[in-house]
Amino acid sequence: MLEKTTYRKVLVLSTIALFVFALGCGGGREETAATPEEKAAPAAASFTVDPATAATVTGMIAFEGTPPKAPPLNMSAEPDCAKLHGAPVFPDQVVVNDGKLANVFVWVKSGLEGKTFAPSSEPVHLDQKGCLYQPHVLGIQTNQPLSVTNSDSFTHNVHPLPTTNREFNKSQSAGAAPVEHAFPRQELKIAVKCNVHPWMRSYINVVDHPFFAVTAADGSFTIKGLPPGTYTIEAVHESLGNKEASVTVGDAESKAVDFSFTG
Amino acid sequence: MTGKANRGLHRFALFTAAATFLLIIAGALVTSNDAGLSVPDWPLSYGQLMPPMIGGIFYEHGHRMIASFVGLLTIVLAVWLWRAEGRGWVKKLGLAALGAVVAQGVLGGLTVIFLLPTAVSVGHACLAQLFFSATVILALVTSPGWRRGVPGALLTDAGAPSLRTLCLVANGAVFAQLLMGAGLRHKGFGIIPHLVGAAVVAVLVVWVIARVVCSFAGEAGLLRRALTLNVLVMLQLVLGSASYWIRQLTADYPQPILPMVALTVAHVALGALILATSIVLTFGVWTRVSKPSADFVDRKVVTAA
Repeated sequence: MLEKTTYRKVLVLSTIALFVFALGCGGGREETAATPEEKAAPAAASFTVDPATAATVTGMIAFEGTPPKAPPLNMSAEPDCAKLHGAPVFPDQVVVNDGKLANVFVWVKSGLEGKTFAPSSEPVHLDQKGCLYQPHVLGIQTNQPLSVTNSDSFTHNVHPLPTTNREFNKSQSAGAAPVEHAFPRQELKIAVKCNVHPWMRSYINVVDHPFFAVTAADGSFTIKGLPPGTYTIEAVHESLGNKEASVTVGDAESKAVDFSFTG
Repeated sequence: MTGKANRGLHRFALFTAAATFLLIIAGALVTSNDAGLSVPDWPLSYGQLMPPMIGGIFYEHGHRMIASFVGLLTIVLAVWLWRAEGRGWVKKLGLAALGAVVAQGVLGGLTVIFLLPTAVSVGHACLAQLFFSATVILALVTSPGWRRGVPGALLTDAGAPSLRTLCLVANGAVFAQLLMGAGLRHKGFGIIPHLVGAAVVAVLVVWVIARVVCSFAGEAGLLRRALTLNVLVMLQLVLGSASYWIRQLTADYPQPILPMVALTVAHVALGALILATSIVLTFGVWTRVSKPSADFVDRKVVTAA
């Protein structure tokens, strides 16, 4: 058997170790913010696209197969939410209209290396309305302001779950000022959720240039203002995966790139 | 007789253990409903003592309210033990429980402030089980049955390893398995360590009951506890499988669904009950089967104040 003094030592040391362990591990996610070196690095000259030569990539995203049938959202945890919708609300995960897929993020994955594009100062808006995020999928440039608003009459919490950018969790009551944020690093499919209303989910795609789009309800997309060149275009869906295609556009040229996802 | 039981104190300790079990269920409801960060601040909730209990806030703030209540119970229990209990180690266990519940509150706060870091969340889940163990032990050793002591001579255990050692190892394995489960829930480990742990616990528990049946079948108390432990572990294997598969099946769902929540919470709650049963069995074995430790002998000469 252990001596009493040994028991005491084990107890005290265990307690200290527990707190050091907790504190040491606790701040881990906070370290994902931009490092001082990144902040101090001189900004490279921003590349300007000549409007006379700017090219366009358009396309359509098809869906083949039977769309998955998800059960309607259960909003009973917030009766006021449910009252805002006259009919059952289905998740925006796989939205197919006439065989075309909405809510797909399409972006220039490669072909712009060596070029730097200043972020737009125009904020990208994400609204919480009827206990849903609007839009469900959005694109934003690195360091471009994101403005999250709450159009509902009750509280939400804004909780993005990035892996390379900094995670945060802020409450936003009805009528509160917008939650402002900017993501310093390129990262796709950052889930945003509200832990008060666990069915709320949107996805933010952060890229370091302005050449991206999200497919509309009819599955179409348009990426404008591209410098002439050869690019890899990627279509990113939250649950169906990614597709890539290569395209070369000349001066002021417009080309179509279509994708197809399978359910 | 080994000391006079304080029935009021025992009932209070029992109530504290029951409230702690409820608290573990409330904590499991928070995790299963993905409500861990529905209240972004701590120690207040949205800057208030009582926020609107809607959506995930109901689970998270409800958990905090029950935790506060258990904290108060533990303070009263520790003070009561300090004043009324004669056995030094029981007094100290009461203080340790108080320290654990305070540390648990701080860990819970850290999970909120640092956005559910895996290590802290797993630590919070495991300390919950340790604290629950302390309350179970306090309820057990303050009971009239425990204070009356064991009639007759201690039973001789000729087996190897001894039943005492086997029970201790089984206890450790159950706790390690709870740690693996917490790691799985908080995405610290995969399923494999938890599956291995389940197999180890199942083997040890079957080994324990085999030893009890073969060597101490006449000891109704030990047999009953060992049987209960076995039934709970077998049920837990079924619940664990069911909760894992329903999680896999509903992984793409936009929100937690009731069957998944119910199965997972039941799995966590049963895990706590298995730990409690395992502790009670181990204490029973250590007091009934040969080679009593000095600590247990001490209680025979100490009288409650």
